[in-house]
Amino acid sequence: MSKITLALTGAHAVAEAMRQINPGVVALFPITPQTPIVEKYSEYYANGVVDTELVRSESEHSAMSIVMGAQAAGVRAMTATSSQGLAYMWEVVGATAGLRLPIVMPVTNRALGAPINIHCDHADSMYCRDLGWIHLFCETAQEAYENTLLAIRLAEKVSLPVMVLQDGFITSHSVERVDILDDVSAKKFIGEYKPNNPLINTDYPKTVGPIQLQDYYFETQYQGTIAIESVFEEYLKIGKELEKLTGTKYELFEEYKLEDAEVAIIVSSSTSGTTKEVIDRMRNEGKKVGLLNIKLYRPFPYEAIAKALNHFNLNNIAVLDRALSRGAMPPLYTDIKLSVSSLNKIPKIQSYVFGLGGRDIIQKDIEEVFESLLKGKVKENKTEYIGLRK
Amino acid sequence: MSTLKTSHEMEEGGIINIPKSSRNFKTGTWRTFKPVIDESKCIHCAQCVINCPESCIDITKDKKRGAINMDYCKGCSVCSKVCPVKCIKMETDTKEDNK
Repeated sequence: MSKITLALTGAHAVAEAMRQINPGVVALFPITPQTPIVEKYSEYYANGVVDTELVRSESEHSAMSIVMGAQAAGVRAMTATSSQGLAYMWEVVGATAGLRLPIVMPVTNRALGAPINIHCDHADSMYCRDLGWIHLFCETAQEAYENTLLAIRLAEKVSLPVMVLQDGFITSHSVERVDILDDVSAKKFIGEYKPNNPLINTDYPKTVGPIQLQDYYFETQYQGTIAIESVFEEYLKIGKELEKLTGTKYELFEEYKLEDAEVAIIVSSSTSGTTKEVIDRMRNEGKKVGLLNIKLYRPFPYEAIAKALNHFNLNNIAVLDRALSRGAMPPLYTDIKLSVSSLNKIPKIQSYVFGLGGRDIIQKDIEEVFESLLKGKVKENKTEYIGLRK
Repeated sequence: MSTLKTSHEMEEGGIINIPKSSRNFKTGTWRTFKPVIDESKCIHCAQCVINCPESCIDITKDKKRGAINMDYCKGCSVCSKVCPVKCIKMETDTKEDNK
């Protein structure tokens, strides 16, 4: 096994993973900042590198419908999207989870309109968090590449679709060093797709997507609930297998200098990287600060997070959400709050919302959050807004 | 209705892998009203047979109106409305009849 080191954007890293997956069908529709994923994939297609059936759809709703049909028919099918595109396909996104189709979709997180905005926040995927998809947040281009491979195996193991989320522009358009697995090892890891219940099988005709009313709908919903609860175990198992190839550890979330931390930030995606830089600097000054980097967001690992936050020193926590839940507390804050509710010593948690519409978050901002946590400034159930002109 | 499957017994995602099994989907359970035929008035014109949206009224070999298959009758009352001699009355279906 060998690795190839390339300079890739997050979007191109995902396209590399898609090339190695070589899905039977890819339906595409451009939307900033996802476009470079399908653009690069189209290039592979045009050059004959992949033997996918490439469908240029007329909208995201159609793209997801095509992918749903193809996956139900019995092949791997992929598309990628962002923001308004994800909102437009929302109806079919829910249907794919209900039909238990293991579709993997890279998503570059982008703000939702109005006002129209092309830059990063997590509103788009947060509004899809209850649809029964698995959500995987990626910090770097490297992680986006590896998680796309892992997602294929995970999706097919539990028969549920997966969103592989990276920050729009920040990750999708920034060039980073990315180690790509050699094609033989990657393809061996991905394996051949054996669909559970392919529609195209004339020996065993079947109906996909029939009506279910008062007598059966509830049971089918419950099936999906049971399935998504099995994700923790399967994710770690498949992660162990991929670890042998990549050397990366795949945990439900990352703990960075959290063990002896007195205060901690909980955040996902690219902002974790910024936070780690700040932590290293503040640790040199003797300040005990740490990070919990959210990776698997749905299903949410309530118990594992509670365990990670259950130590004597940890007093104050800040949860940084890159999305709002207007009229309620932000989504990640709510989930964390529920996680710690079972602990004997419950740390105080401050909610922050940051970076909406791509508003920069810099090291100084993170440092200020840590400093205010160290000073004990925590107002529970009240959101502070980083970098907002009130 | 007592033979409903549990979530563990069902196929993933509600897929139906038994062909021609739509007959097992008994729409009669939706019924609130049931048609009651006054046999003495019926002229066997078969208007009800033709107009039944569920096609659940039989026609016999000697071309007479047959029985109504209550497994599928949703109680829509179309038969009652189209009957030229008004021999079909809609009555409230009790729970016992509905099963």
